[in-house]
Amino acid sequence: MGAAHGHRLYFHGHSPVHRLPAHCKIVALLCFVLAVVATPAGVFWPFAWYAVGLLAAVGASRVPPLFLARRMVVETPFVLFAVLMPFVATGPRVDLLGVSVSEHGLQAAAMLLCKGTLGVVASLLFAATTESRDFLAGLQRLRMPQQLVQIMAFMVRYLDVTTAEMQRMRVAREARCFSARGPAAWPTVARSGGALFIRAYERGERVHLAMLSRGYAGRLPMLSESPASALQWSVAALLPGFTVLVSLAAWTISR
Amino acid sequence: MHVPDGFLDAQTSLATGVVAAGAVAVALRGARRELDDRTAPMAGLVAAFVFAAQMLNFPVAVGTSGHLLGGTLAAVLVGPYTAVLCISVVLLVQSLMFADGGVTALGTNVTLMALVGVVVGWLVFRLVQAVLPRTVASVTPAAAIGAFVSVPAAALGFVGLYLVGGTVDLPTGALTVSMLGWHTLIGIGEAVITALTVGAVSAVRPDLVHGARHVLEARELVVRDGIEEQA
Repeated sequence: MGAAHGHRLYFHGHSPVHRLPAHCKIVALLCFVLAVVATPAGVFWPFAWYAVGLLAAVGASRVPPLFLARRMVVETPFVLFAVLMPFVATGPRVDLLGVSVSEHGLQAAAMLLCKGTLGVVASLLFAATTESRDFLAGLQRLRMPQQLVQIMAFMVRYLDVTTAEMQRMRVAREARCFSARGPAAWPTVARSGGALFIRAYERGERVHLAMLSRGYAGRLPMLSESPASALQWSVAALLPGFTVLVSLAAWTISR
Repeated sequence: MHVPDGFLDAQTSLATGVVAAGAVAVALRGARRELDDRTAPMAGLVAAFVFAAQMLNFPVAVGTSGHLLGGTLAAVLVGPYTAVLCISVVLLVQSLMFADGGVTALGTNVTLMALVGVVVGWLVFRLVQAVLPRTVASVTPAAAIGAFVSVPAAALGFVGLYLVGGTVDLPTGALTVSMLGWHTLIGIGEAVITALTVGAVSAVRPDLVHGARHVLEARELVVRDGIEEQA
């Protein structure tokens, strides 16, 4: 633990993608995923282009693809759901490897997997190239309410402290020959959860008092990040711009 | 549990985004009443707690384990407005920094888990509390029932959104039944964990439990005999 910089998904680097201001990247990520989600149903060729664009961005970021691939496990529950879909969806059935599945369900599941995977990879790329501090400053630049940014700043700042506290409690439990097997262990684990809440709450009170003693009056100093130049905006717009074009092309052709 | 990108169509995602933004705005206003100028550090720390508590594994059987969703738990511990804020912030950080839950589905996730999950849990909690005797001890069962109802309610919310903006034709009846069935089971787990956690906190620091605060205020100072002789 003790990751002073970057969070768990952060990959330290100095690539053009790393250097882009966070607010440009957030807008780019949102536009990219929106364009991908808006792809007309039943058309699959655009996904190849999206993937090419996204892989180019990954290449430019110099984040090892394996680093991103290993973190794609977050997608697992949703992949399971997509795999089930052809079997439960309605509509005309087709034979796939001798099993009768819904044609519509099969198509939709493939669509869902493509969209979901592209979304996850794009989010992972954003997370891997943006430090939490920049991420907060970016949200502030995008006019997110001051109060909300402050709450997020405190959460991000104390996330490692709180999870480390929880790990210490787990070590302490196990040092006392506790092993969590079956629901009989729940009361013990839940009591740790309760203790964790009390510690987090009391830490919050101490932090607040410490802030008051340093003259806090409801506002924090700006997590300022210099405004993005036109060049930076246009670099950030490359991938979403390309994606929007492909998506629009898909709409015009499929009509 | 998190809805990924592309599950609901773009219009529904945008609409739930507007609903979520409205809910967060209302919660920001309400949280200031619950926490005054302590809002930023307290809500931040509670959000960090919710995030960490979701990582606690509760073993169910060989190989499988569940974890807390925490909407009702947060509402009972710190109040509904702060809870909506905390869960929303957790979801935002999860989607942008941990790629868990789609970026375009953020509005949907906030609407279902932060808004429906917390509000339903809190309302049921207050309803049960109104029926039970006004003691600290009745906070725990009320929290359990609130947590139990909130999970299938959020699942039902998802089914509703899916019917409006789903990208695949799934049979409505089967979808509703399977979602409700699974989430009732998850709700039972959530209820047990919430009750155990609320019980643990209110046994040590009942003054920290927001849902128990008005019960504590009603207590009177009791001077018991025999104190002076001991001293």
